[in-house]
Amino acid sequence: MTGSIKEHYDSYVKNVTPTASTLKNVWNAFWIGGLICTFGQLLLEGFLALGMDKDTAGYYEMVCLILSSVLLTGFGIYSKMAKYAGAGTLVPITGFANSVASPAIEFKKEGQVFGVGCRIFSIAGPVILYGIFASWVLGLIYWITHYVF
Amino acid sequence: MIYLKAFIVGGLICAITQIFIDKTKLLPGRIMVGMVVIGVILGAIGWYDKLMDFAGAGAGVPLSSFGNSLWKGVKEAVDKEGFIGLFTGGFKAGAVGTSAALIFGYIASLIFNPRTKK
Repeated sequence: MTGSIKEHYDSYVKNVTPTASTLKNVWNAFWIGGLICTFGQLLLEGFLALGMDKDTAGYYEMVCLILSSVLLTGFGIYSKMAKYAGAGTLVPITGFANSVASPAIEFKKEGQVFGVGCRIFSIAGPVILYGIFASWVLGLIYWITHYVF
Repeated sequence: MIYLKAFIVGGLICAITQIFIDKTKLLPGRIMVGMVVIGVILGAIGWYDKLMDFAGAGAGVPLSSFGNSLWKGVKEAVDKEGFIGLFTGGFKAGAVGTSAALIFGYIASLIFNPRTKK
């Protein structure tokens, strides 16, 4: 079992680990990442134009980006993009969606609970844990400094 | 103009991360965790919202924005509900991104098959 986790992780790492020269990697990450953000801006402006407030438009933008990324992941296109763009596809929210969908698809043969159910969190789990924990710690400091003293 | 700013700032965040990956060989999972934690910290000191005002989706689309949302959720909940807000705010603020990724990811696992070349 640990072998297959490692294999999957290694292949995922291989997909996003650069093999070419650094300058080319950085340029590819720049323009692909920039393009994904520009696409996000386009969605945002579109939803704002429909009369939504800023928060709601942002939510719909996020849902659209995540859906696009999951579809590209399903068709095997996102991993090809990641090979080329590195951090350009890893850093945007689409990279997070890819890291959720990719192991879910990959491990469906291991069953609904221990396959899909566990592996879907293999990257999302740590991201959620440390995000929630960090915001809790800073929130605690905020609460103490603003409301206790 | 906002599109150009989104392109350049978003691209720069990705490019800086790429340099970081090339130098440190850190794995993607660690990079993502790092981005979210950095987002929380930059949110708490009030820089991230300024960057979002300037660059729109250029700062809103990178994963660090998720960290900023978590922080804002906790802060607003603490302001509104007091101590218990520390436990309600984060998940509420992260709900849309997390739910969408989990729900669409799960549906994708029902529809698509793995593409491993064996």
